[in-house]
Amino acid sequence: MNLTNFNTKEEFFVDMQRCIGCKACEMACAECETNGQQTLISVNYVDRSSTIQTTVQVCMHCEDPVCANVCPADAISQDEFGVVHTASTERCIGCSNCVMACPFGVPKKVEEYDLMMKCTMCYDRTSVGKKPMCATVCPSGALFYGTREQIEEMRPNSTPINNFIFGQEKVKTKVNIMMPKGSTELRIY
Amino acid sequence: MKDKTFNGKALFVATLVSILTIVLVFYGSRELQNFDAALVTYLFGTVFAFFGIVYRYTVWLQRPPTWMYFKRSIKFLFTGKIFAHLWFLGKESVQNILLQKFIYPRSKWRWFAHFCIALGCLSAFAITIPLTFGWIHFTLAPNSISIYEAHFFGFKMMDFQINSFLAFLIFHALNWSSWLVIIGSVYYLRRRLTNPGLIATQTFEGDLLPLILLIAISVTGLCLTYSYQFMKGFAYDFLAVIHAVTVIMFLIWIPFGKFFHIIQRPAQIGAHIYKQEGIKKGMAVCPHTGEEFATKLHIEDLKIVTSQLGFDFTLEDGSSHLDLSPEGKRSRLAQAHLKARSQGGNLFG
Ligand code: HEM
Ligand code: SF4
Ligand code: SF4
Repeated sequence: MNLTNFNTKEEFFVDMQRCIGCKACEMACAECETNGQQTLISVNYVDRSSTIQTTVQVCMHCEDPVCANVCPADAISQDEFGVVHTASTERCIGCSNCVMACPFGVPKKVEEYDLMMKCTMCYDRTSVGKKPMCATVCPSGALFYGTREQIEEMRPNSTPINNFIFGQEKVKTKVNIMMPKGSTELRIY
Repeated sequence: MKDKTFNGKALFVATLVSILTIVLVFYGSRELQNFDAALVTYLFGTVFAFFGIVYRYTVWLQRPPTWMYFKRSIKFLFTGKIFAHLWFLGKESVQNILLQKFIYPRSKWRWFAHFCIALGCLSAFAITIPLTFGWIHFTLAPNSISIYEAHFFGFKMMDFQINSFLAFLIFHALNWSSWLVIIGSVYYLRRRLTNPGLIATQTFEGDLLPLILLIAISVTGLCLTYSYQFMKGFAYDFLAVIHAVTVIMFLIWIPFGKFFHIIQRPAQIGAHIYKQEGIKKGMAVCPHTGEEFATKLHIEDLKIVTSQLGFDFTLEDGSSHLDLSPEGKRSRLAQAHLKARSQGGNLFG
């Protein structure tokens, strides 16, 4: 990337258990300059008929991103900080491979643009040392952006992890999820 | 993503196409009779660019997801109701390639500016490529000093009066193309210099340079005309060299950067055909939400493609994480997280 002031000390820490479904992050997400008024973060009920549990999902910025690998148009790229960028507007053919293959259910296809758009970790902000929009508005601490020391102090009983097991596949990410103290991974199955 | 740098198949196909091009130049210009020697540098540039484009295209096609779409869409196109399929292909080509109509909802100015660039470039290609190859040439009609004839591949196509409005349009066609490209590129350059999202993510060589190059080509091209028409050929040789250099840079760059999308965009039609055919074959239902979310064909093909790429989302019960819709995937992750938190004895920590 061109000029950047990306703060490599700060990281993203997500704790979906804390999500109260207020959707403040959805509003904030649309303010991100790289999104052009589209909200790209996802908040949804986990199982509407049986629980009020909600969850929030940002792009996890995988080390070996499945989305970019399955893209037939080479539209998704990863930069030197490990940020996985949204589809390049001239390359993306809107096929939705990335939408269906991302193990975290992140990319969104904007039908009328025939284009996929996804979270860039607010690169317009993080590249100048600011925090992502969603993390600045989350009232419950489900989304936190800061240093490791800060999160350790705030959450002494939790450990951030970035390894995920989906059946046979192990996915390592840049973004962390807060887990019970001493955890090393989150096994989805 | 992980392309090998050397690719035998691509080398073979690219060489073949380059040789074929040279053969067509030879015969299309009636054994070089109609070939314009002044354009020989452009000819080399063009043949070299063809080589690069075909090489890059072939490497690209071999990537598992690209090959899957290519294979499927070609097969769908030529099985069953072929005429209906070709009609669909034609309609899609006009809407998405010629008119780029899907850009319009992104913003009408973005569409307008891009349409100008694309129309300008494509019309310029349509004129200059056959000219450099010697496939088009103009002669005076026999026994006349005021009627021009246009020939294609050595065959007479049309004639027109030298002083007519048509002649004016034809002989200045490249100037019209240049103005279109300048209008579009200046708009996009302005957008790139003022839009904060673009400023944050663009690079000079990947995003700004292509626009600067397009403007340079068009401006030097226009200057050539204005130099001989209004300034008695002032700086003509210098301009001619600069113009040739920028054009050849552009041609040789097509395979590598932003301009490759010109070659790549028809894949969008492939994706549309694929989706349409997939819907006919039935939709996949998410085991978590119980709702339809994609075509079955797409999900089954993605399982193949991900495994070719070295990912394995197979679960213990033999089903796959890919059977879930995006919302289903997010929910299953949240449920696993809740379970881990509950087992940890503390929901928040
Ligand atoms: C003919 C079919 C073409 C299609 C379908 C197509 C498609 C696209 C799309 C979708 C974009 C992104 C626009 C946006 O979202 O703002 C784009 C950008 C661009 N196209 Fe094309 N294009 C075509 C031809 C061309 C041609 C012939 C050129 C000339 C070289 C060209 C040059 C560009 C440039 C320079 C950009 C980048 C604008 C920027 O700075 O963002 N395109 N194209
Ligand atoms: S979380 Fe999904 S969209 Fe984000 S990098 Fe990983 S695969 Fe790509
Ligand atoms: S939707 Fe766009 S970015 Fe996603 S895989 Fe298809 S072409 Fe690539």
